[in-house]
Amino acid sequence: MPSTKDKQKRPVVVVTGMGVVTSLGAGKTENWEKLTAGLSGVKTISRFPTDNLKTKMAGTVDFLDVEPYSTAALSERLADLASEEAVGESGIGKRGDFPGPLFLAVPPIEIEWPHRLEVAAASRGNASVGYADLLREAATGKFAAMHDRFQLGSVANTIADKFGTKGSPISLSTACASGATAIQLGVEAIRRGETDTALCIGTDGSVNPESLIRFSLLSALSMWSGEPGAAAKPFSKNRDGFVMAEGAGALVLESMESALARGATILGVVEGCGEMADAFHRTRSSPDGKPIIGCIRNALNDAGLTPDDIDYINPHGTGTPENDKMECLGVTTVFGERASKIPISSNKSMVGHTLSAAGAIEAVFTLLTLRNERIPPTINYKVPDPAIQLDVVPNTARDAKNLRHAISSSFGFGGQNVSLVMGLEPA
Amino acid sequence: MAEAEAWITGIGIVSCLGEGPDAHWNALNASRPQADTNTLAPYIIHPLAPVDFDKQIPKKGDQRQMEPWQRTGAYAAGLALDSAGVKGNTAILSNMDMIVAAGGGERDLAVDANIMTGMPTAADPGAWLNERLMSDLRPTLFLAQLSNLLAGNISIVHGVTGSSRTFMGEESAGIDAMRIALSRIAAGQSSIALVGGAFNADRPDHLLIKEFGGYNLKDTFAPVWDRGPKGGLALGSFGAFLVLEERSHADSRGAKRIAKLSAVLSDRSNRKPGQVSATLEQLWQKLAGRLKAGSHAVITGASGAEPATGEERAFYAKHPDVPVRASGTFIGHADEPQFAMNLALAALAIGRGTLFPPCDESGVERPMQGSLAQAVVASVGHAWGEGLALVEAGP
Repeated sequence: MPSTKDKQKRPVVVVTGMGVVTSLGAGKTENWEKLTAGLSGVKTISRFPTDNLKTKMAGTVDFLDVEPYSTAALSERLADLASEEAVGESGIGKRGDFPGPLFLAVPPIEIEWPHRLEVAAASRGNASVGYADLLREAATGKFAAMHDRFQLGSVANTIADKFGTKGSPISLSTACASGATAIQLGVEAIRRGETDTALCIGTDGSVNPESLIRFSLLSALSMWSGEPGAAAKPFSKNRDGFVMAEGAGALVLESMESALARGATILGVVEGCGEMADAFHRTRSSPDGKPIIGCIRNALNDAGLTPDDIDYINPHGTGTPENDKMECLGVTTVFGERASKIPISSNKSMVGHTLSAAGAIEAVFTLLTLRNERIPPTINYKVPDPAIQLDVVPNTARDAKNLRHAISSSFGFGGQNVSLVMGLEPA
Repeated sequence: MAEAEAWITGIGIVSCLGEGPDAHWNALNASRPQADTNTLAPYIIHPLAPVDFDKQIPKKGDQRQMEPWQRTGAYAAGLALDSAGVKGNTAILSNMDMIVAAGGGERDLAVDANIMTGMPTAADPGAWLNERLMSDLRPTLFLAQLSNLLAGNISIVHGVTGSSRTFMGEESAGIDAMRIALSRIAAGQSSIALVGGAFNADRPDHLLIKEFGGYNLKDTFAPVWDRGPKGGLALGSFGAFLVLEERSHADSRGAKRIAKLSAVLSDRSNRKPGQVSATLEQLWQKLAGRLKAGSHAVITGASGAEPATGEERAFYAKHPDVPVRASGTFIGHADEPQFAMNLALAALAIGRGTLFPPCDESGVERPMQGSLAQAVVASVGHAWGEGLALVEAGP
């Protein structure tokens, strides 16, 4: 009987269910097949006109019927689908009666242009329309549903109701690290002994004109004009920005004791979580790399592991010139001479950057990598960057036996960094 | 394993009543609500008192990168760090955990109005929308809109870097931020944390969301308990942050322990008739065994919105011996930071051993006889989410 407590005598936290949706498809099976085949889900945007935009591709999820589209509506559908798969696989609780809390990483919810224009059109009486007109129209009560839809907690409320999670559901944002933060909050709650299980989700369906333009104005997006699937080029010398994308990842976390007691299949272990905020700049990381280095080290310490124990790195790997350079510095500093020998492959080269969902999706993919003993590639790696001497698993998936522990990192705008250490057996 | 005690060792508050404990305490005791019925008439708001942001955000460049809600929050966070005596203490700040409860960002109203006006006559509306947004949106506006960038700005301005998490979800975000911060300290996962949020009421785009649901107070100001059958909330601009600290951590650095945060409970009722009252009662019963007769009171963030505030009133009617005070009458309602603000006001009252007088003629608020040793802070979200916290004096 393995110990259900870790080296620090805390409950070991395991994963008993996983679900994923990305631009590659719905479910772990389809995603894994395409991920290891090196396929891209990035395509030309068809959801809205792209005239006058500098970036015209994204990893949108277009196969779900969400009408009318809004970030809230699509993020909710994505979270729902990923959670169905995760909760179903875990077999925990009863349908609609999940025996633990919900931690949901979700993009900030706001009124979007179609809705603003709908109210504006209804209010039309003047040649010009401003917020006073919108307010007057809102007061009719005809748009009451927009209040609930555009509350920041609305997605979590719906998911909590459907799955019957317990207590007040938590919606959170740490920008691009959000999905990892959701998992971290679940791990902490189980370690405190508050609950035996938690449903941790990262979701993002925010490819709309204004969101795309906001990132574009920050010069964060790839402006690649060639074949869309070749736009995301993490770690390449010609990388020119990230590609916005959509998706969701869901994990059922559970104390090992609970999982063993009910005979559940243990898919993996979340061994450690680390975080460290960056106080340098709103969109750039500290030039000395200290917050990234500290974040990774904190996660290793929390797991009770050393750099030598890590056999695979699932990086943030966005494909922006800045991120990949800084992440390379962080990895090289922490892992020293081994840095160039540890496989490090960016899922974002294929699914794009799923923003609030990325940390959760990549946690799922990291565990699939360990379980399947096969490493998905970093695709679009045609022009190596001599400044990045890492084994990025270029272009083709690779078999790899005996992967013991992996680390997955997420670094957000606003300096919010989170790393997760995962394995198949307790550290 | 015995749970560690969490104490409030820093308070940073700024609202229409001014900044800091004394300004708030004096205004509450003077029973003089501050409401603005003109600026966004017919809507009533509680605008922020004049603030010299330079005092907590010294770099103008930092101020320019923030919209008012973030400036208000970064300012209040600085006040809290000053109050706790940890401002500039890199060793402590680099291990300080942060949970911010944040809403969404603020719009560029002129850009929005221009697009709404021009859209109907645009030859190619989709292309025109893209063109306008590409040329009219300021690049930095996005950073001022992002929910997690209040936390980001606090890291940059004040150097809080141990961890940084942002909870969203209106009133519940504020309750759960405190609940998680307290749980982490109690379990030994954290030793010092900065928790709170900020809100800017002086925004028609914020009013719009509330107006969709018919929640805004219009035309005539009244205390939150006395707003008639339709009710109504008056948005308030304020920022509120607390420093929560594990007892021995506070003692080892000689910090003043202002009040003990003994419990934070949250739930989300389904809001069918009677469910808010029932949920409050269930939460109350979890605290009841710890309450000492005659020396406790409730400080609530009741918004004035119906039916939520009516249900809350019904709950208090079942506890007629407990004095109740609604801070919303004075400072208005701000979704995310109101729980932190009311915890701060509760800590002030506990620290002074007395409750401020009623400001209500409807009968809900009654004078308190004797001294105050415990305060239950209540939150009933305007649309969902209920919470209670217990703040106590202690050895």
